[in-house]
Amino acid sequence: MSLRIVVCVKYVPDATGDRHFAEDLTVDRDDVDGLLSELDEYAVEQALQIKEANDDDAEITVLTVGPEDATDALRKALSMGADKAVHVEDDDLHGTDALGTSLVLAKAIEKTGYDLVVCGMASTDGTMGVLPALLAERLGVPQATQLSQVAVADGKVTGRRDGDTASEQLEAALPAVVSVTDQSGEARYPSFKGIMAAKKKPLETLDLEDLDIEAEEVGLEGAWTKVESATERPARTKGTIVTDEGEGAKQLAEFLAGQKFI
Amino acid sequence: MAEVLVYVDHVDGAVRKPTLELLTLARRIGEPVAVHLGAGVDTAAPVLAEHGAVKVLAADAPEFAEYLVAPKVDALQAAHDAVSPVAVLLPSSAEGKEIGARLAVRIGSGIITDAVDVEAGDEGPVATQSVFAASYTTKSRITKGTPVITVKPNSAAPEAAPAAGAVEQLAVTVADASKGTKIVSRTPRESTGRPELTEAAIVVSGGRGVNGAENFPVIEALADSLGAAVGASRAAVDAGWYPHTNQVGQTGKSVSPQLYIAAGISGAIQHRAGMQTSKTIVAINKDAEAPIFDLVDYGVVGDLFAVVPALTEEVKTRKG
Ligand SMILES: Cc1cc2nc3c(=O)[nH]c(=O)nc-3n(C[C@H](O)[C@H](O)[C@H](O)COP(=O)(O)OP(=O)(O)OC[C@H]3O[C@@H](n4cnc5c(N)ncnc54)[C@H](O)[C@@H]3O)c2cc1C
Ligand SMILES: Nc1ncnc2c1ncn2[C@@H]1O[C@H](COP(=O)(O)O)[C@@H](O)[C@H]1O
Repeated sequence: MSLRIVVCVKYVPDATGDRHFAEDLTVDRDDVDGLLSELDEYAVEQALQIKEANDDDAEITVLTVGPEDATDALRKALSMGADKAVHVEDDDLHGTDALGTSLVLAKAIEKTGYDLVVCGMASTDGTMGVLPALLAERLGVPQATQLSQVAVADGKVTGRRDGDTASEQLEAALPAVVSVTDQSGEARYPSFKGIMAAKKKPLETLDLEDLDIEAEEVGLEGAWTKVESATERPARTKGTIVTDEGEGAKQLAEFLAGQKFI
Repeated sequence: MAEVLVYVDHVDGAVRKPTLELLTLARRIGEPVAVHLGAGVDTAAPVLAEHGAVKVLAADAPEFAEYLVAPKVDALQAAHDAVSPVAVLLPSSAEGKEIGARLAVRIGSGIITDAVDVEAGDEGPVATQSVFAASYTTKSRITKGTPVITVKPNSAAPEAAPAAGAVEQLAVTVADASKGTKIVSRTPRESTGRPELTEAAIVVSGGRGVNGAENFPVIEALADSLGAAVGASRAAVDAGWYPHTNQVGQTGKSVSPQLYIAAGISGAIQHRAGMQTSKTIVAINKDAEAPIFDLVDYGVVGDLFAVVPALTEEVKTRKG
């Protein structure tokens, strides 16, 4: 049977734009430009490479939990080469935190059917990097996370995890959850053909009822955490800028000495 | 008094500095109980006690080194069940976050990651986070279960606060389900002899402007003259000029030193995300329009190959 790969992708506010909080202290996703999290492009890329290495005998489903516009992220992933998409969307999801999101993703993954779940290393807005571990825990399958290299063969996933103190070679039997880092290899650009093809690929929308999840389990009310305040950090006051005309290093040393660094 | 579990990050009993910071923060909420997994508790216990651990729960099992993350979750869960703490603190490393996350699911709790400060509050601990590339500061709380909080390095100054720190064995059964991901081999990282990037008081970083691996010694020499750690931008890392472990930024390390010196780095948002909270920022860049200059306390518009070596000499002369 062909390998069933589910790639979790997130729709995030553009990091180069003006990101801010809405009045209820959730991330404002309405008034800002959004896109497929750049770090999840690496997950899509690795899924595509795994499929190619498996003689194309695999089906890649991209999955997102997010607002209506999150469809953009799914279309981008489809245009890169994924086969179909699942979008979990429900007004009651507004304000869901990591634990809640993992609950919804886990149910959607189970409903879709999977041998391998591929995630990015972290979302570029929340930057928690915990979703893959949460999914492994909820699905009761092995986690092989933060991989800078990954391969699937003979019903097993193998990969390299580069940690702070050591680099580890990992191995787990499928089904499993993996996450890949931005060191795993540049993601491909969608081709014109890919973009055209993506428009015709199946995109299924699910709501909480489809997943047997009660509204109280998710959303702002169901969240396990509460943001009490969000304050904009005062912009750094611009310091002294000198142009080096032979004295730059001396002037800088003077500054550093004045600050007691030397 | 209420107890707070502190997960100990160590290498064979050599306790890493972020754990001592956690003990300091934990004392604001209750009495720290350290959880030490793996070999070396005899070495670690006196250090943990010195920094306020009233008790050290220790477990050593081969599974901790043979399988990824999950066996440690089993152990921390056992510690949680034995102590019934008011909070669980872990270091914000990739592993610390993953252990915390899985524990949170098991004990029905919320999790906050990457806190830069933790205080006691009327309704439980309040965590401060720095978000959106450090452009916002948030304060949050966990509303369900035992708060699980991971804390970034350099979030507090470790304080000595001698406590009993008696070692107690923790009984741990590693579930079969926790043996899913085998660690087939492990290659330890070689030490450079320089300070740890995330712990250093001074960081000197080089970017694309350094223009080649063969030029990075220019950055290293300045770092060594200041006793600093060496960082790099992603552009320099992707070009293969410097190891990824030294990358500063969103997908590398977050640093918050007393002094950050950026040489040949433009200051893209993803780089700023990892250094914006540094106390003093200095940049050397030949482009006066580079966005890094918006952040600096002192900037030199100039060629790094002229300025950096001359600065190194100045530092050496002044230090004698
Ligand atoms: C999802 C994502 C995650 C990312 N994560 C990170 C991250 O963790 N860390 C990170 O750093 N980046 C990250 N980036 C990349 C980031 O967007 C920038 O591309 C990167 O930071 C640029 O590095 P740089 O400043 O060294 O290079 P450039 O932007 O090319 O800047 C080089 C600078 O050097 C100057 N220069 C050149 N020659 C000299 C000289 N002789 N003397 C003085 N100055 C000179 C130039 O004027 C220029 O300003 C990420 C990007 C994405 C999309
Ligand atoms: N809302 C979401 N929908 C789909 N996938 C997600 C979502 N949030 C997070 N993920 C996945 O989990 C990874 C880690 O996210 P995080 O733990 O939020 O930093 C991301 O790179 C995605 O692969």
